[in-house]
Amino acid sequence: MKEGKNIYETRRDFVRKFGKVLAVIPVAGLPVLLSRKTVAKGYVWQIDPYKCIACGQCKTSCILTPSASKCVHEYALCGYCDLCGGYLKEGAKSIGTGAELQMCPVGAITRKFVEEPFFEYSINEDLCDGCAKCVKGCKDFGNGSLYMQIKQDLCANCNDCSIARNCPAQAVSRVSSDQQYIEKERPV
Amino acid sequence: MIKRYIKPVLIVMILLWSTVSSAQERFPRPEFQTDYIYPEHQLPLHRSQIWEYIDVGVLVAALLLTSWLAIKKRSRKGLIWMSVFSLAYFGFFREGCVCPVGSVQNVALALFNGSYTIPLTVLLFFLIPLIFALLFGRVFCAGVCPLGAIQELTGFKPVKLPRPVESIMAAVPFIYLALAILFAAMESQFIICKYDPFVGIFRLDGKYTMIVFGALLLLAGIFINRPYCRYLCPYGVLLNIFSRFAGKHLTITPAECINCRLCEEDACPYDAILPSNFDQTQEDPSRSRKRFIRYFMLIPLFAVAGGVILYNSAPALSSVHRDVRLAREIRAENESGIEAVSKAASAFKESGQTEEELYSKEQLLIERFKKATVWAGFFLGLSLGISLFAMTIRNTRTEYKPHQGKCFSCGRCFRYCPVEAKIKNEKA
Repeated sequence: MKEGKNIYETRRDFVRKFGKVLAVIPVAGLPVLLSRKTVAKGYVWQIDPYKCIACGQCKTSCILTPSASKCVHEYALCGYCDLCGGYLKEGAKSIGTGAELQMCPVGAITRKFVEEPFFEYSINEDLCDGCAKCVKGCKDFGNGSLYMQIKQDLCANCNDCSIARNCPAQAVSRVSSDQQYIEKERPV
Repeated sequence: MIKRYIKPVLIVMILLWSTVSSAQERFPRPEFQTDYIYPEHQLPLHRSQIWEYIDVGVLVAALLLTSWLAIKKRSRKGLIWMSVFSLAYFGFFREGCVCPVGSVQNVALALFNGSYTIPLTVLLFFLIPLIFALLFGRVFCAGVCPLGAIQELTGFKPVKLPRPVESIMAAVPFIYLALAILFAAMESQFIICKYDPFVGIFRLDGKYTMIVFGALLLLAGIFINRPYCRYLCPYGVLLNIFSRFAGKHLTITPAECINCRLCEEDACPYDAILPSNFDQTQEDPSRSRKRFIRYFMLIPLFAVAGGVILYNSAPALSSVHRDVRLAREIRAENESGIEAVSKAASAFKESGQTEEELYSKEQLLIERFKKATVWAGFFLGLSLGISLFAMTIRNTRTEYKPHQGKCFSCGRCFRYCPVEAKIKNEKA
């Protein structure tokens, strides 16, 4: 009786040991398997401005309120026009700084006179909510100097970016943390 | 009257014409007469990479401390404070990402995708809790996981669920894990992150549905402790399997069990205490052996059945991929005249891709899904078969001990043990 019990226990011990080896294999094997596919650098999410269709989904998709994606202005691309497609509402009766004329629903764009006939437009990021209306206007009627970027100091860097999930143009992807922004190329 | 409108109409016409004529650089760069300097736009960087490595360090330190508290010190109070710390650090300070629960998907993506390389910190976040599970059981759940901590700290009034409900619900994490790995490997979605209930609470910001789901889980968790860990957590499946082979594990009693049955009733809200059963009547060995063999033969049957079932549902499952969804929408528009109104459809029409390209992409994806779903189904069938088979094995125990797979090492049972109380009294 006693001997029989002993055999029983060693069999159980064997199963336990076998299971342990079976469990160790993936733990030890994963780093080996992934050794060539591991990088020390992390990722952040960014919008490719050349793919972006300025649909405004970033404003509502981001888990943060307001969204971490905001409009940036590449001044070197801008035409400094008086009649700005990004600043003025479609069908604006006149050109000016009146609230009823502005495209931006939160008034985040300031228009400043530089010299005849040029005007400088700058974005107030604290106000910008990432609706991309100005980006759309600048893309359709201007040089495309206004474009969307995810501001990395605001971004929570979710493992699964919900802007990327909802972006219809698939413009949002992981980029290496060395190069956290995809800037539009400046003219030489 | 007409004169007033001529100017704007002309401008709009010129603008429209210029849209067609060129894509970029419609307006030349201005040549400033004054000494105007182009302002630089600010592109601030994300928090430093060093933080990710600090997080890994904190994870290891927290796991070591929790293991010591659970196994050596046997202090429930210490474990609660550990949970408070983890909730504060990994939850509210670090704001959740990447957590080991979600890292499963990154590993799957890296394994099955050609271009994605996994950051070292994410790989470490995946592996370290598993290594600790192999050494000391589910200490990660006990006091390090922020999702577990928030539920542990809000589980005030534990209620035991009936056994059948408990066993059926325990199958859900397996399905969740299989689907999460499948969808991550197919580059479709990270569903664990998408349906993470508590990350919105940690960030004090998030989708309405996310916060409501999290709040409901916490409310339910007051009575049904740790509902996410028990009935959803996909990483818990891995920890469950690994913890069964743990070298050292938390024990209910600090010395020898005296079979007083005090921990039997309501010491463990997770139904993870295996009772001592040496006094039960032995079954006829030939009968139990027959059952043993019968259920053993069922394992491959279940595995194959699982593979076949999921293989056939591959086309349906593949619709989680955005390209497949888009292809179906476009096809519906072409064939049955249902207008494709989604933003993805209009973006597709703008992009200039041909429909053939999209359809062939869809076919490729479905083929990939078919290959992968077989394995997912195989895994599910195998786990079902093995868990049924495990029920036929009768263990003889002479003491009360925790079920190493289910036990979260939370230490709730310590204070029920009279041996523990006696030793503490003697020390005092």
